[in-house]
Amino acid sequence: KPTSGRKRRRRRESKKERKKDEGRGSRNAQHAVDSGERTEKERQRKRRKDREEKAEHVQSLDKSKVNSRDFEGEGEDEEVEEEEEEVEKEVRPETLTPEELEKLKEAVDDKKKLIQALRGKPWPMKKKHSTLRESQEFLEKYEGALGKGKGRKLYAYKVMMNKKWMKFKRDFENFTTACIPWEMKIKEIESHFGSSVASYFIFLRWMYGINMILFGLTFGLVMVPEALMGRPYGSMPRKTVPRAEETNAMDFAVLWDFGGYAQYSVLFYGYYNSQRAIGWLKFRMPLSYFLVGVGTVAYSYMVVIRKMARNANETGGGDENSFNFSWKTFTSWDYLIGNPETADNKFASITTSFKEAILEEQESRKDDNIHLTRFLRVLANFLVLCCLAGSGYLIYFVVRRSQKFALEGFENHTWWERNEVNMVMSLLGMFCPMLFDVISALENYHPRVALQWQLGRIFALFLGNLYTFIIALMDEINLKRKEEDVVQFNMTMWEASLHNNTADNSTAPPLFTHPADVPRGPCWETMVGQEFVRLIISDTMTTYITLLIGDFLRAVLVRFLNYCWCWDLEAGFPSYSEFDVSGNVLGLIFNQGMIWMGAFYAPCLPALNVLRLHVSMYLQCWAVMCCNVPQERVFKASGSNNFYMAMLLVILFLSTLPAIYTIVTIPPSFDCGPFSGKARMFDVIQETLESDFPAWISKVFSYAANPGLVLPFMLLMVLAIYYLQSTSKSYKEANVELKKKLQMPLPPPVVAMPTKERPPGTQPGTRGKVNHPGCRESRARRDGDEDVRVCEREDLCSESNMRRHAGNLGWLTSGQNI
Amino acid sequence: MGNKQTIFSAQQLDAYQSYVPFQRLFSRYRDLAPQLVPLDYTHQPDVKLPYELIGSMPELKDNPFRQRIAEVFSEDGEGNMTLDDFLDMFSVLSEMAPRDLKAYYAFKIYDFNNDDFICKLDLVKTLNKLTRNELTEDEVRMVCEKVMDEADMDNDGRLSLEDFQHVIVRAPEFLRYRHTPQ
Repeated sequence: KPTSGRKRRRRRESKKERKKDEGRGSRNAQHAVDSGERTEKERQRKRRKDREEKAEHVQSLDKSKVNSRDFEGEGEDEEVEEEEEEVEKEVRPETLTPEELEKLKEAVDDKKKLIQALRGKPWPMKKKHSTLRESQEFLEKYEGALGKGKGRKLYAYKVMMNKKWMKFKRDFENFTTACIPWEMKIKEIESHFGSSVASYFIFLRWMYGINMILFGLTFGLVMVPEALMGRPYGSMPRKTVPRAEETNAMDFAVLWDFGGYAQYSVLFYGYYNSQRAIGWLKFRMPLSYFLVGVGTVAYSYMVVIRKMARNANETGGGDENSFNFSWKTFTSWDYLIGNPETADNKFASITTSFKEAILEEQESRKDDNIHLTRFLRVLANFLVLCCLAGSGYLIYFVVRRSQKFALEGFENHTWWERNEVNMVMSLLGMFCPMLFDVISALENYHPRVALQWQLGRIFALFLGNLYTFIIALMDEINLKRKEEDVVQFNMTMWEASLHNNTADNSTAPPLFTHPADVPRGPCWETMVGQEFVRLIISDTMTTYITLLIGDFLRAVLVRFLNYCWCWDLEAGFPSYSEFDVSGNVLGLIFNQGMIWMGAFYAPCLPALNVLRLHVSMYLQCWAVMCCNVPQERVFKASGSNNFYMAMLLVILFLSTLPAIYTIVTIPPSFDCGPFSGKARMFDVIQETLESDFPAWISKVFSYAANPGLVLPFMLLMVLAIYYLQSTSKSYKEANVELKKKLQMPLPPPVVAMPTKERPPGTQPGTRGKVNHPGCRESRARRDGDEDVRVCEREDLCSESNMRRHAGNLGWLTSGQNI
Repeated sequence: MGNKQTIFSAQQLDAYQSYVPFQRLFSRYRDLAPQLVPLDYTHQPDVKLPYELIGSMPELKDNPFRQRIAEVFSEDGEGNMTLDDFLDMFSVLSEMAPRDLKAYYAFKIYDFNNDDFICKLDLVKTLNKLTRNELTEDEVRMVCEKVMDEADMDNDGRLSLEDFQHVIVRAPEFLRYRHTPQ
């Protein structure tokens, strides 16, 4: 049978000739085989093959009629060094035996894989070109041949479509990469400031994406239907500005506070009507409102957790300290830097980092005075706790005071007293972190640890503040609810009085009162929404103003006052500010938390946030490039990526808690919002199930909600979590074991080394005389008539020396000569 | 750019497009020396740009290893690059190149004497280039010893490609630090 490894030239002939050729072909093949076996040198074989090809060519020319496709490929193959499989070239598929067909298929697949993997091969361009060209020609020649007789055209068509599809995919990928917003800006920042600062902007962009989706949900499914299909402004009491407020409903000050016309619009909860289905589409407004609220939270959870999982995959859980110096040497240069100033800084920071690491390595566990350090750390924590408690009380006090002011009417107070709460919270957020920074100097931690403590404390500060704020809000809600009873009573009185007036003519036409005149029930949900919106606006303003003053003004002053100042402002005290990555990221995270908290009561919040992030992106990009200098100590971008995601997740959880609490426990206001009139907000689900779905579904749900079913289900989930956690723990341990195995030698009694050739001197059965080429304990000995390095002191080898006996790992190192 | 027509055979274009964003890189190459680089590449002219031009590109200008990078990717080992070498270089430096490819070339870059091993001398040179000679000799020696300790698996006093890859594969930042020119 014909051997592999030969290329042939063949022409396709008619059936009759084919038979003859086949006979001839096999004879020739046999001849070739014989010749192949006879010669060993490649060159001779090639020569012979050429001769044979010429002979065949002449013969086939004589005997055949060329009447069909030509399957000529190039005859010469110059790739002598390739290990590519060159399969038997009988090009007529009908005459190929199944094994040959298989082999041909394999070869074609291999070539395809080769072409795809070509990008990742470390070959010079010329070699890539020639390989690509050759593989493509091979494929062209034989791919078509593999298609069976009648389906050949279809096969070729499929191949062509595949190629077109590949091209399309490639173009599409290029297009999508070009479509990513702000990519150029971020790359520019990266080249000036390094990847840590750029990571903040990438995080900002990612948040922008999330907020766009949330905006789409709330805008498209809640605000637009109500605006288009709900009852218009002024048709109902809850949708109209009350008569008393009408005079200043259009004032800018009122609008800025989100009162007046802004309050009675689709932006807030109170505007929505509790009618079950609105418009000609019969859009279920209350249901949609509820589901959008739940959906935003669910979507956010999904996205954050998916991102965390992806980050965890990438980092792969490596051990940070085992290759400390090697990583510093080989990977610390940031190839993305394209700016001499940044390069200078990078050099300096690399040098500093080396010096630091050397210092740490040199000074061995020198705890000079551990008691003092511990005492100082306890003291520092105590101080920090005091700060946190103090700030919490301050906020509570301020909120209480503003409640008092609200009762007395806001007009009597100054601007400061009206916005006290927000201002105080923003100011605390600005000054307390600095205070924490100063306190942390007492602690004397490693800078990375100190940074984590700092972030943790700022986190606690913001959390504490936010929760105090919420508790104050809850007080207000309770107040409003008490008010409700009073108002309800008043309303019945008012209606009664109306009817009394018309009691004389009992058949009077229905009384028309302008909706603005109808007494209104209090609406705590709108109030909550307003509070959140105000908080976010003031936070945004504070951030921008701090940016402008703290960064821009400072830079301007330093730049221009430097000409006439005694000391060098640029190098000395104020100098230019650095971009505070962690502070900004935390601010972003907390803002997002507030959005999540308030989105249920103020559907306009995601829209507001999208606008805010958009402006922030441009403003901060400009500010960074214009007023900031690159950091001196380059903050490691990679390590904290999951740290921020984890904080985001915690915030998400904590911010949905209050919303869920209010939904579940507090009954909705009777006079405003899509759930007015219901006992609890989630009753809308019940109502939908009963009225819109067939009867059996509600039965199914009632069974599913049965505690007898829910509890075992929860138990099952707990068990599943426990199981998954224990398997993941065992995988981690297995990982560690394998890593250790890589570093330690095989245990001595193992004499069968998994290399093909045994290094000289080791025979099976030589106990204790294992060859350790690099071993410092081994000595040269004459073993038989060979020089051998033999280790005879393994029993004395300590753990630390074990690594040096790595000569047995011949299967890791390729072809090392001992 | 503009109304200049670059001439490449369709086959060449197709071949190149598989691995690099070709047009952009070719225009960068040409911009370095417009008088040397012809527009018509169908006859595969033998044009080499000298190292000084390559080293002055903004992406490489501040890189301490630019000379080694040019040497590794150039055909003659001196840093003078043809178009193929240029494309090679940026295809490896781009974000799309797989990690193993980058590790392979990183090894070559740090191997100053081209003997397929990173020996102590190579490490010393790497370190000095990285810190611009700011570390004292003692410190340099200490760091090189630590690196050898950490990375040298077979304990022959020098790092082979496998040792290097073993270290690099676990480094969290390695993938990020390469980019394509814009």
